[in-house]
Amino acid sequence: MHWPGDAPPGNGVARDEGMAVPHTPRARSGPTAASAAPTATSTRTWCRRWTRRPCAPAWCGRHRPCSASARCTGACAGWAQGGCWALPCPPAASHPLPHSVTSVFFGGGTPSLASPGTVAAVLEAVAGAAHLPAGAEVTLEANPSSASASVLDGFRAAGVNRLSIGVQSLDDAELRMLGREHTAAEARKAVEAARGLFPGRTSIDLLFGLPGQSRDAWAQRLEATLRLCDDHISLYQLTLERGTALAAQVRAGALPAPPQDLLADMYHTARNVLGAAGFRHYEVSNFARKGALSTHNLSYWRAEQYIGVGPGAHGRFVLRAEGGCSREARVQTPEPVAWMREVQSQGHGTRSRAVLSPLEQLEELLTLGLRTDEGITHERWGHFSPQLNLQAVFGEPGEARALQQEGWLVLDSGGLRCTWAGLAVLDSLLPALLWQLQRVLGAARCPPRGAPAEERAGGGARGL
Amino acid sequence: MALAGRAALRWGARLPSPGPAAAPLCRPAWLPAACGRPYSSRGKEEIDMSTYPVESIRNFSIIAHVDHGKSTLADRLLEITGTISKTDHNKQVLDKLQVERERGITVKAQSASLFYNHEGINYLLSLIDTPGHVDFSYEVSRSLSACQGVILVVDANEGIQAQTVANFYLAFEAQLSIIPVINKIDLKNADPERVEKQIEKLFDIPTDECIRISAKQGTNVEKVLQKVIEKIPPPQCNTADPLKALVFDSTFDHYRGVVANIALFGGEIAKGHKIVSAHTKKRYEVNEVGILTPNEQPTHKLYAGQVGYLIAGMKEVTEAQIGDTLFLYKQPVEPLPGFKSVKPMVFAGMYPVDQTEYNNLKSALERLTLNDSSVTVHRDSSLALGAGWRLGFLGLLHMEVFNQRLEQEYNMSVILTAPTVPYKAVLSSAKLIKEYGKDQITIINPAQFPDKLSVSEYLEPIVLGTIVTPHEYIGKIITLCQDRRAVQKDLLYIDENRVMLKYLFPLNEIVVDFYDALKSLSSGYASFDYEDAGYQSADLIKMDILLNGNPVEELATIIHKDKAYAAGKLLCEHLKETIPRQLFEIAIQAAIGKKIIARETLKPYRKNVVAKCYGGDITRRMKLLRRQAEGKRLMRKIGNVEVPRDAFIRVLKRETDK
Repeated sequence: MHWPGDAPPGNGVARDEGMAVPHTPRARSGPTAASAAPTATSTRTWCRRWTRRPCAPAWCGRHRPCSASARCTGACAGWAQGGCWALPCPPAASHPLPHSVTSVFFGGGTPSLASPGTVAAVLEAVAGAAHLPAGAEVTLEANPSSASASVLDGFRAAGVNRLSIGVQSLDDAELRMLGREHTAAEARKAVEAARGLFPGRTSIDLLFGLPGQSRDAWAQRLEATLRLCDDHISLYQLTLERGTALAAQVRAGALPAPPQDLLADMYHTARNVLGAAGFRHYEVSNFARKGALSTHNLSYWRAEQYIGVGPGAHGRFVLRAEGGCSREARVQTPEPVAWMREVQSQGHGTRSRAVLSPLEQLEELLTLGLRTDEGITHERWGHFSPQLNLQAVFGEPGEARALQQEGWLVLDSGGLRCTWAGLAVLDSLLPALLWQLQRVLGAARCPPRGAPAEERAGGGARGL
Repeated sequence: MALAGRAALRWGARLPSPGPAAAPLCRPAWLPAACGRPYSSRGKEEIDMSTYPVESIRNFSIIAHVDHGKSTLADRLLEITGTISKTDHNKQVLDKLQVERERGITVKAQSASLFYNHEGINYLLSLIDTPGHVDFSYEVSRSLSACQGVILVVDANEGIQAQTVANFYLAFEAQLSIIPVINKIDLKNADPERVEKQIEKLFDIPTDECIRISAKQGTNVEKVLQKVIEKIPPPQCNTADPLKALVFDSTFDHYRGVVANIALFGGEIAKGHKIVSAHTKKRYEVNEVGILTPNEQPTHKLYAGQVGYLIAGMKEVTEAQIGDTLFLYKQPVEPLPGFKSVKPMVFAGMYPVDQTEYNNLKSALERLTLNDSSVTVHRDSSLALGAGWRLGFLGLLHMEVFNQRLEQEYNMSVILTAPTVPYKAVLSSAKLIKEYGKDQITIINPAQFPDKLSVSEYLEPIVLGTIVTPHEYIGKIITLCQDRRAVQKDLLYIDENRVMLKYLFPLNEIVVDFYDALKSLSSGYASFDYEDAGYQSADLIKMDILLNGNPVEELATIIHKDKAYAAGKLLCEHLKETIPRQLFEIAIQAAIGKKIIARETLKPYRKNVVAKCYGGDITRRMKLLRRQAEGKRLMRKIGNVEVPRDAFIRVLKRETDK
């Protein structure tokens, strides 16, 4: 997570990009980044200085597998024409694209500073390159200071159908401490406007564990939030990132560091309060009611495929189009200017590609999947590991068994998941589970081969 | 101790090359280099040592407190006698080890033979350098036994220090002639008169016998040489007697094996002689003899009274035991009284940082102990640290120096456990007595501490400590000594400002941090030295550290009953900071037997899951998690508590650093 306190205000640089696209190197100011996640996937794009350089759309497409012949040479040209951004693609190779895109996410930086026209152009480009179903989730991250009803209406017209608003706090003093430009009143106004335009599809981001914040203050914020919110809330514990002004103040002793026990109390309070209000705690920091889960973000936690577009964007997908069958991790060039130059000169901004080994894929699945309330289902595990099922890896005596007995973990017919208490201490469970996974796979000496992800998808070749 | 870096060593050794008939000339250092020789010891020309009869031989040492200028004086003596050329680079020529020059201390005694013409007679002066720290008093006594006199160097500014006292008594007890020298008279604050008075008061040496010098500038150094010749008697021995050679030191050369430093108390020795070790009864044939200049300079022979070296195909330093007597095959002699045998005062476990390094460390240890026979080595193993050794050292500095040499000379990085001292237990249990084959055992590892029920008495080593301090610190120092369970034996004003205190200390109370504490509360002015004073009965107990009720073997300590509570509390507090939080509460306890004397509680994690994790940033996160998973392999499990392997070391080190 990034903590934005150090960004100079008022330069049009998004202040909350860290919220939206956690993997974006946030220190760089830059043009745009779009991350498209095609997989059973999603695309997430983000853009700093969206106003000046409207280029990178982030979308995330849940696509069904392309047919093997669905190469995407032509498509890329379309992207390039449609805007100044490109999908990540292998150098000097055809550009694989998904057959269809399930969701698009404009995040990182302050996408709400972009003109709705840019968003529309990106969505057009996506739709031109792959099938973008009419109901596909298209999320835009918005900052309360740039989310007036008229602006939001423009985005809705451009095709956005879900909004994520970086409220952060409903207290002016806290907002000032966080270095935010907006006030609590502005945040309320923005949320109300958004709810009017995107009823049932407005999410708000909130932070807790601020220096000096008390249990009572947090409980009050929660109550206020419940009065304001729609059906989706993301609650993040503040992380003091090195190099930020706030972190420096805490380190210097000017602000108190929140005690661990208090943070735990706040988290558990939130889980209880939101649970009582009908919210499903479906991921470590995400709560939804009436089924308003974020389709896009779920694709990450389910280790589906996604394309990342924009400076520093990450992607995960199976390169069926190139005749490959392995899931690849790709990272786009992080520096915005360089990224733009590369996109313009070579048609893509991919900086690195790495094929993920079967073990690495399972490690990611475990790390991400256990963050959700559904956990890792037997079916999903089987897609990645056809030979060693969950029971074979974690059901035998070992770390996982001990953790089950201690009440942190459950392995049953639904799959492997954390208990209520276990979720809060997941970071203590993971090293033990990963260590057991490495051992069992090493001992089996016949790790799952090939790219299980695509098999699940029906055996068809898939781009991206 | 001084840690100032010393300049790299550069010198050219010069030796006079005496004509066959002519008496050897002493060539001054400024003679053209043509008549000098490189310091390489493998010269072709050999000196005829028979031209130096016993009457023209003087064997002596220089003894001094740290930094009082012993090595600098040695440099000047070597220059004046032409043994080394006079350059700006002669700095601690006899301190050959890197660590010696870095720390400004002498660890390994070195010797050099000097040629000096005085009133028409050519003298052979053998200077036997001595180590300069309290830990090495054993080495000092070893060096002194080959001498008939000493130069006692005292700093004109600092005056008599603790080690000056200790060294003086070593020389005095060995009945050696003592030449007091007051050094550094060129310093601004030099007060030689005051120092002369101290020497008179403490050592009963008339003030007019002191020589005031500046070794750095060379002032009056010639006078010292003249005094050596006048005051120190020649050795009492005869070349006509059968060979009787004392081994007073030994070093190991990878190509030639053991090089034994010897002093001839009778007879002569030459290449080809068959000799026998009185200690091992092993027979050797002499390959080479020579003198040290200070590098090895082969000679045809060595004669009674002379000091030099011998190489005779000995493969291990244990074959050239310090104090051993060598004699000619079939001409046995009464062995010379052996020296004090090595007695380690401090023990510590040594383990490779990584067990895969075990064999490399083993061979480094073997090679280093070849040159430092005062280190004792026992194999040991620990659940946490794997296979390793329990090493015995002369003192804490010795331990540090040894460790530093391992790092510098063998590039080995090791884990050293907390130092302990050799306790003893007088056994009362018949079963144990039978098991050990004796009724008194030495405990060098807390794991071996026998239960109170089978012991009639525990004993702890004690030392007689000497402290010399400006009188304004005396109150604080007395408090410090009382805290360390010390008993005052003496308190003496050596002049109007300085006090000498003598205390009997339990060794374990001074072994770790006493010296540092003393230095810091006296702004660096107090000095300290100690000598072995045997054992005393002590109320010892074994303190265990428990994690959730399970004992941590490597943290068990033997401790005096009165100290257990405070030490246990401190240890628990440190552990609490060092052990990472886990999923459950951890009780950290110090216990004596079944009784808990201190407790800290490490609360469990209640929330540590990272707040944000979306698709893109997973790569970096996975790296961290993989490293943590890999770390699981290196965890030491105590019950269900996982402790990183280095945690205990950090705790023990902290205790040392405190």
